[in-house]
Amino acid sequence: MDTRFLQSSTFRLALVYMALFGTSVLLLLGFIYWSTASYMSTQTDFTINVEIGDLTERYRSDGLTGLTELMTERLSRKPGGSSIYLLTDRDLKPLLGNLDRWPVNATLDQAWLNFELEDASETRSSTHHARARVFRLAGGYLLLVGRDIHELEIAKQRIVLTLLWGLAITLILGGFGSVMMGRSTMRRIEAINEASREIMSGDLSRRIPSRATGDDFDRLADNLNIMLDQIESLMESVRQVSDNIAHDLRTPLARLRNRLEELYLAVNHSDEAREAIEQAVAAADGLLSTFNALLRIAHVEAQESRGNFVPVEIGALIADVAELYEPLAEQKEQHLDTQLAPGLRLSGDRDLLFQAISNLLDNAIKHTPAHGTIRLVLDNANGNGRLVIADSGPGIPESAREKVFQRFFRLEQSRTTPGNGLGMSLVAAVVRLHRMTIRLEDNRPGLRVIIGLPLLED
Amino acid sequence: MRILLVEDDADTARYITKGLKESGHSVDHAGDGRDGLFLATDGRYEVMIIDRMLPSLDGLTIIRTLRGAGNRTPALILSALAEVDDRVLGLQAGGDDYLVKPFAFSELLARLEALLRRGAGGTAETVLRVADLELDLLSRSVKRADRTLDLQPREFRLLEYLMRHSGQVVTRTMLLEYVWDYHFDPQTNIIDVHISRLRSKIDKGFDVPLLHTVRGAGYCLRAP
Repeated sequence: MDTRFLQSSTFRLALVYMALFGTSVLLLLGFIYWSTASYMSTQTDFTINVEIGDLTERYRSDGLTGLTELMTERLSRKPGGSSIYLLTDRDLKPLLGNLDRWPVNATLDQAWLNFELEDASETRSSTHHARARVFRLAGGYLLLVGRDIHELEIAKQRIVLTLLWGLAITLILGGFGSVMMGRSTMRRIEAINEASREIMSGDLSRRIPSRATGDDFDRLADNLNIMLDQIESLMESVRQVSDNIAHDLRTPLARLRNRLEELYLAVNHSDEAREAIEQAVAAADGLLSTFNALLRIAHVEAQESRGNFVPVEIGALIADVAELYEPLAEQKEQHLDTQLAPGLRLSGDRDLLFQAISNLLDNAIKHTPAHGTIRLVLDNANGNGRLVIADSGPGIPESAREKVFQRFFRLEQSRTTPGNGLGMSLVAAVVRLHRMTIRLEDNRPGLRVIIGLPLLED
Repeated sequence: MRILLVEDDADTARYITKGLKESGHSVDHAGDGRDGLFLATDGRYEVMIIDRMLPSLDGLTIIRTLRGAGNRTPALILSALAEVDDRVLGLQAGGDDYLVKPFAFSELLARLEALLRRGAGGTAETVLRVADLELDLLSRSVKRADRTLDLQPREFRLLEYLMRHSGQVVTRTMLLEYVWDYHFDPQTNIIDVHISRLRSKIDKGFDVPLLHTVRGAGYCLRAP
């Protein structure tokens, strides 16, 4: 049983039910015991009363002789039986009966009494309890009639034992049942969770399985699925709208750009005009590249199939990025330090991975001052690849770390540097597509980007 | 050179035709796929520019049909789609290069000239020469005026590409694609830094510069 099951609300609910159920069963069994035991005691008392009635009746009619006759007859009927008789004179001297002497703690009034039987005969192996009633006859004689309640006590013990076993079996069966029920509930919840995880990881076409039994879980699944359908169609239309905007604006913008270029080639006489046109072309190119970047992010985000993924030697790819950017770092007199573990592979799109890592390294170089250090470290901890890109620039304040992945977000400090605010959005999209993770930390000073890489096993 | 353009968008076609004619090339234009295929099989062109999305017959089918019939004319695919799979599909169909719309005319021209050179060349040279610059592919050494130059492996490949296309304009994206073998958008003009590094090795200390920057287009390595 895993800890997740022990932590689940189903299991806790089962525990509460078990506690409630156990208490009810305990109360019920207690009542059964109390009712049975008191019935049995009442029966004993009733029998004793009847016997005393018989004996006193005989005494009244036939005197002491009649009483002793009847007592002798009763005693001889069942010599080892549970009945106890004792007749004494007023000085408690035994006259007749199967008790040797008056019980030690027996009072002389006509009350009920409980006492311990002394070991009168060999049939009684252990201490027996007796219940008796004392009756004072006319003439000062004392009559004690009682019962050995040993059998009764054994019966009561039996009942208690039986009831305890009943309780134990009930709890075991109840516990087993609630665990089984809890597990089946949890399996269904787990199925919903699993589908949700896959949907969150980008597979928007996934749906929550339904058993078509129409129970409450199925209704929950159906409702969630309807919600997912709506989200999917909304996302699809948003994607189409943004694609269309970018696409539809791109074409006229491209025409504008091309006309400007033609104009540039046509006016070769005036340097001033050429420069102005050149700047206009550059501005159009900037706009086009922003549109292209937006479209590219949209495409990467919408990409559901990872069909064109191939095994990529990530260390070699990062080395290529580092090699491409090394002259730029050198130009800024920065120290680019690479420690790349060899032989690590992951499944991915090498152009997109190259783009994402170059965006990050480009940012690091851009924001690190001259003579600063940029570190690129790739290592492997138990099958989890990790790429760290650390710089010694101004870093990113904690409050802005989540925002940098938003489209067009730019920090105050980098508003003056070139860029369109889409680089990190593309990084985030590529990271998501590859089921990688990204975390930004303080490098004291600078920014440390940590990317978790799902490595392929060899 | 004789160029076939298959493009349904009139404005793009006009822009390309005008530019190519001004650069001294002759251009035939087809407005849909069927006419394009007809012209391509019939006429003799040195290079073809084929749009991917065309009425009646799409660009990839045209190229596939031509290749099936043994026509090896270099083809450049134009496309509004910018995804890696699209480019891979285009090249698999038999295209020789792939250019995403919108593009700068200089980029198209540079790529066309590179394609033409590739079609005409193909001789297994082992030593490339431009003026007094000499690159030996076997010993992987570079000399200029008998002085040995010390190049990094990537600088060697960069110089090799420039020398194979000497006299032509080579754009930054072409260098990224063919020298670095990655298709991506650098946020910085990173190629410029590599070029200036290479330039300092091959031109510094010599009277005549060989590696030139072509404004608004790219670079050109040429003999004076």
